[in-house]
Amino acid sequence: MEEKTPLIDELEKGPWPSYVKEIKRMAKKNAAAKDLLGVQELSFKEKVTHWKHGGIVGVTGYGGGVIGRYCDSPEKFPNVSSFHTLRVNHPGGWFYTTKALRKICDVWEKFGSGMTNFHGSTGDIILLGTTTENLQPCFNALTEIGYDLGGSGSCLRTPTACVGPARCEWSCIDTLDMVHNLTMEFQDEIHRPRWPYKSKIKISGCPNDCVAAIARADITIIGTWRDSLKIDQKAVREYVKSGMDIRTDIVARCPTNALEWDEKAQELRLIPQDCVRCMHCINKMTKAIRPGNDKGATILIGGKAPILKGAMLSSVLIPFMKIEPPYTEIKDLIRKIWDWWDENGRTRERVGELIERLGMRNFLKAIGLKPTPQMIKAPRTNP
Amino acid sequence: MEKNYGQWKYHEILKPGVLRHVSETGDEVFTVRAGSPRLVSIDFIRDLCDIADKYCDGHLRFTSRYNIEFITPNKKNVNPIIEETRKIGLPVGGTGNGISNIVHTQGWIHCHSAATDASGIVKALMDELHNYFTTMKLPGKLRVSLACCINMCGAVHCSDLAIVGVHTKVPKIDHEKVGAICEIPTTISSCPTGAVRRHPDKEVKSVVIREDLCMYCGNCFTVCPAMPLADAEGDGVAIYAGGKVSNARKPPMFSRLIVPYLPNHPPRWPEVVGIIKKIVEVYAKKARKYERMGEWIERIGWEQFFQLTEIPFTEQHIDDYTHARETFRTTTQFKW
Repeated sequence: MEEKTPLIDELEKGPWPSYVKEIKRMAKKNAAAKDLLGVQELSFKEKVTHWKHGGIVGVTGYGGGVIGRYCDSPEKFPNVSSFHTLRVNHPGGWFYTTKALRKICDVWEKFGSGMTNFHGSTGDIILLGTTTENLQPCFNALTEIGYDLGGSGSCLRTPTACVGPARCEWSCIDTLDMVHNLTMEFQDEIHRPRWPYKSKIKISGCPNDCVAAIARADITIIGTWRDSLKIDQKAVREYVKSGMDIRTDIVARCPTNALEWDEKAQELRLIPQDCVRCMHCINKMTKAIRPGNDKGATILIGGKAPILKGAMLSSVLIPFMKIEPPYTEIKDLIRKIWDWWDENGRTRERVGELIERLGMRNFLKAIGLKPTPQMIKAPRTNP
Repeated sequence: MEKNYGQWKYHEILKPGVLRHVSETGDEVFTVRAGSPRLVSIDFIRDLCDIADKYCDGHLRFTSRYNIEFITPNKKNVNPIIEETRKIGLPVGGTGNGISNIVHTQGWIHCHSAATDASGIVKALMDELHNYFTTMKLPGKLRVSLACCINMCGAVHCSDLAIVGVHTKVPKIDHEKVGAICEIPTTISSCPTGAVRRHPDKEVKSVVIREDLCMYCGNCFTVCPAMPLADAEGDGVAIYAGGKVSNARKPPMFSRLIVPYLPNHPPRWPEVVGIIKKIVEVYAKKARKYERMGEWIERIGWEQFFQLTEIPFTEQHIDDYTHARETFRTTTQFKW
C-alpha cells in the first residue's frame, strides 16, 4: 500500500524549487529514498528527529569521511535503518565538467540513495544515505573515477576557497591553486584524525570574503595588497556622468575618510596610508577602482561557532604574507600552529579557545611570531 | 575562461542572475546564476549537466551559497540558458542587493541533534521571499541562514538574518546507559555552564544536571547519547539579526538574538516566515543605500530596531554568557 505524506506534500507547492519533489523523484526508483520520505513525514508529524545518536563507520585506511546514521524506527523504515553520509572532496571553487558529475551520479545510483547535497557547508559533495556494506565498494568506485573522501572528526576538514582568479578581478591570491595544493599536502591530516578537535582552512581572494573564511575557519587566509588602490579617473568620471552620487555613496561611506572628490578637477583622490582595504569603493565602481599590485594575504586565526566558549571570528595573526607556490611559508606556519595546539589542546578544544585559555602571548612565542599592533582592536585596559 | 585565468579586468550585473566579466584581453564570459534546494537527487544533477553540455561546453560550477552557475563566452547562449533553467523549475537570480540562497543544514533529514528541520523551513521561507531572489531592490545584500541546533553549522552566527533551532527543556538522563556508553569526564567538560556533575551516589556511574544552570544547549547529548533533550513541544527556533562577514565599510559582525523562541509548526512554520518577512520589509523601507542589516541597526540603535519591527524585548535578550558586560550600554546616549 502506498503511504500518504500529506504534511511534506505541502512543500511541493510554491515557486522555490522543492526538495520534497527531489526526494520523490528518487523514491520512484530507490527504496531508501522512499523510506526517507516516510521518515521526514513522521518527523513533521511528531516534531522531533528520527535519527539515532551517532554511528561509527568508515572505509579501510581512513579515520573519517563518513558520517554514520541509523533510523530509530527501522521496523517502519527498513531501507534507511542505516543511512550513512559520504563526504566527497570537491574541486576548488566547485568547478565541474559534466563528465565528472555524471560519473559521480552513476556511482551513487549504484551504491546509495541517489540523494545528495551540492554542497555541505564546509564544501564537500554530500552523498546522503547508504548502507554499511556499500561504503567500501562505493569508496572504491569513487577513487576509480578520481575522487577521494573529505574530512570528518578531529582532523583537518576539507579546505575551501572562493572562485578566485578563475572569474574574479579582485582575487589577490590564487585561491584555487592554493586550496588544491594544501589539500594534497595535508592528505594525511585530512583522512586520519589525530588532533584535539576539528581544524578548518578557508581561503578568500579579497576582503569581501565570499567563503566566509573569517567566520567559518580556524585558519583564515584572505587576499589583500600593500600598495595603493589603482584608480582610473576616466572611468570614475563615467560613473559620475551616468548619475552616481560619488560624495554620498562612495566618499562618505569610506570607513577611514581616505577618499576625496575634487569637483573642480573631477578627480577621486586617495590617501593611500589611510585606506584599510575594506573593498567598498572597489565593489561599487568595478570599472574604475582595483586592488593594488603588491598582493598577498592576511592570515587570521581562531574562527568558530558558539560551542563551547562562545562564537569567535578569526583575528589577525600575520598582517601580510606573500603567497606563492609552493606555499612553503604558509605551510610552515600552519604546521607550527597545529603542533602547539596538538600538544596543549584539551579534548574538543578549538585552536581559538586554546589561545584564549593560554594567552596570545604564549601562542605567539610558541610559533615564533612577534606581536604587532595590527593584531588588536585596542590595547588592554586592565593593568 | 581558462585562457583569462587571473586576467579579469571588471564585471557588471546585466540583470538579476546574469553577470558579465571582461578580461584584460577583451574576452568576456557571461554567468547565469540559478537557485537550488541544495538537497537534490542525482537526476537533478543530470538535468544541470544536460544544460551545461548544450550551452557551456560541459562545464558548470556551484557557489558558496549552493547556487548553480552556468558560464558561457557566448552572449547568444544567455537567454536559452535562462529559459531551460526555468523549464526545470529553477529561479534565475541571487545577484546584487537581494536575498540569495539560504545557507542551511541537515535538520530532520539526517541529523540526530536537530531541534528543528532545515530543508522544510528554508523552502517555506524562500517561497515567501522568492521575489527578493529574482530582483535587486534591497538597500544592501541580505544573507539569510539556518542551523538546526546551536552547533551552528554554516553561517548563522554571521548572517544578516539567521534562524537557529533551540531546545527549552533539560536533558533526560538514562542513568544505566550513561555508565555503559558515555565517557563521564568528557560529558562533564562538555557543559559550558558547569551544570553537569558526577552523580552524588558513588555507586551510580552517571551524572546529574543542575537544572538552574542548564540552558539546554545540547552539547552534553552530542558527547553522551544517554542524555537526549529533543522535545516535540519544547523545541523551536530563535532568530538572530545583524551579522556579516565582509569587510566592506564596517568590519565583520556577529548576528544578535532578536527573537528568543518561536514554536516548530511544520510544514510551513508560519510564525517564523511571518517575522522574517516583516523584518525584511522594515529594513527595505528604512535602511540607507548599501547599508547591511547590521550597519542599519548600528546607525538607528537597537531600541529603534525593536520599536520599528514591533518585536517585544525581554530579559532573554540581555546577554549572561561569556563576555556579557561588553554588550551592556555604558553611555547615556540612547533614544526614547
